[in-house]
Amino acid sequence: MKVEFKKLFLLVFVLAFGWGMLLAQDHGQAQKNSGTETEQHDEPGAEAGHDDHEGGEYDPVSTVMGHIADANQFHVWKGVHIPLPVFLYAPEHGWTTGLSSMFEHGHTAVDGYVLNHHGRVNRIADPSFPKGEVHIDEIVHKAEMVGEKEKDVYYAVYEGREYQLDPPSTIDGGFLGGGITSFYDFSITKNVFTIMLAAVLLILLFSAVARGYKKNIHQAPSGVQSFMEVFFVFIRDEVTKPMIGEKHYERFQPFIMTLFFFILFCNLLGLIPFFPGSANVTGNLAVTMALAVITFFVVNFNGKKDYWEHIFWMPGIPAWVKIILTPVEILSLFIKPFSLMIRLFANISAGHIIILSLIGLVFLFGENGQSIGGAAGGAVVGGLFTAFMNLIELLVAFLQAFIFAILTASYIGAAVEEHHHDEAHEGAH
Amino acid sequence: MTEVLFLADFSVIKPDPGLVFWTGLIFILVWFFLGRMAFRPIQNALKQREQDIQSSLDEARKARQEMANLKAENEELLKQAQEERVKILREAKEAKDTIIGEAKEKAKLEANKIVENAKAEIENQRMAATIDLKNQIGLLSIEIAEKVLRGQLADKPGQEKFVNSLVDEIKLS
Repeated sequence: MKVEFKKLFLLVFVLAFGWGMLLAQDHGQAQKNSGTETEQHDEPGAEAGHDDHEGGEYDPVSTVMGHIADANQFHVWKGVHIPLPVFLYAPEHGWTTGLSSMFEHGHTAVDGYVLNHHGRVNRIADPSFPKGEVHIDEIVHKAEMVGEKEKDVYYAVYEGREYQLDPPSTIDGGFLGGGITSFYDFSITKNVFTIMLAAVLLILLFSAVARGYKKNIHQAPSGVQSFMEVFFVFIRDEVTKPMIGEKHYERFQPFIMTLFFFILFCNLLGLIPFFPGSANVTGNLAVTMALAVITFFVVNFNGKKDYWEHIFWMPGIPAWVKIILTPVEILSLFIKPFSLMIRLFANISAGHIIILSLIGLVFLFGENGQSIGGAAGGAVVGGLFTAFMNLIELLVAFLQAFIFAILTASYIGAAVEEHHHDEAHEGAH
Repeated sequence: MTEVLFLADFSVIKPDPGLVFWTGLIFILVWFFLGRMAFRPIQNALKQREQDIQSSLDEARKARQEMANLKAENEELLKQAQEERVKILREAKEAKDTIIGEAKEKAKLEANKIVENAKAEIENQRMAATIDLKNQIGLLSIEIAEKVLRGQLADKPGQEKFVNSLVDEIKLS
């Protein structure tokens, strides 16, 4: 019975996949012939994602990137957005604050700020653009050559004139296509909102747990307290105690616990596909960067004499090796948190991209609703794969939080370690 | 164009200072709040409980040890008591035996004495009776001898014969 069910499952799966591929190929050929002119001037009046609008060609990459990106509003479903507060700072203009609903989805400019197709605030740097609330006709997208590279540039059309839009400043130094622009965005974005939600959930949860400990003194734990105690004891006995050591682990237990649960909750909220969740928080380099920087400071502010000695002048080895080793050790100071930053970001981002790509199969096979059969095939394949991927992502959510916590603990352990190596070296002299 | 679009739109890799700021701020707030309100108290409570459990276990072990000691002591006492009892019983038996033995001995002696006394008495009586009988027989023999002599000595030849026999006896002896 079980074997038959498996066979049936496999058959349905293969058929659906093959069918979807076939239909997609057919329509793809037809679409390629007629779809070239849509590239230049697309997405008029579009909302958050490219898949939202009708008529335009479905661009899976752009859709996925739009979904994992941060935004100044929370897209709930087609045409429904939860506005979020915006705090914008332009050095020559000062602060502009309000709710993202004041931009009316890209139709109104406030003090030169507009909302682009992805729900992100952009700024018109041109000083001739009028201040205050101004209705703009539309936002257009062009691919321009900037120096050697081709770059996407957005323009706001106002009274027949096109004004170039600046994206918010980013601190990648221009290496990754961003850089400092004419303004900074300190808004409560979708990601910040989710982080706040995670923070509130954490505080509520652990307040309840702590209350349990106050109530049940000299008693067995009960309810949520006993559930969370497992995590606490696990982090203590498997992470902080062995990594940091008996002597110092108590000081760092709150930090490691907060790291683990903060990352875990952000990861898990990111896996919920609808409103309070869905934000790709820990898959954003800014978030992991902040965590990595905090980790860097916690590790190095707690560095003992031995730790710095091992970095700058490793004891017990010849001087010429020290000259090679010292730069490596100094580099490793920064590489450690850097690897934490990249690992978490890449894992969570990749998970989101895979899930969104699989969901995108529905639209890809369905040819934007022109092929119901293809969409159904895509839904079966994409649905099954997505369900599978969600399980993997659930594992990854826990795993990455754990890895971040245990590696941080091991770095702290190396920083607070005392006299451990010296004895061995003295023995060798 | 897709490649450029990809890079241009791959915004998650471009760290936004606002997001860095908020993440850092919220994380640090959560860290301090949870550290103060939850993790430290939980840690202390867990430690307290572990100590409590450890001390309870230790106490239980100690109590069990004491119980075992007590039991051993009791058993020792019981054994001693039993030994004592056996000893007392044995001593009592011995005492009884001695007393009975002594009593028997004494009784025997007494009895012997009584018997001896009785025997002596009987002997005495018998002696007395014998003496008395002897005396009687003596008297009777004398009387008989008197009577015989009287009869024999009534005539002259008899007297002479008798005197002669006496003389012979004297000669002989």
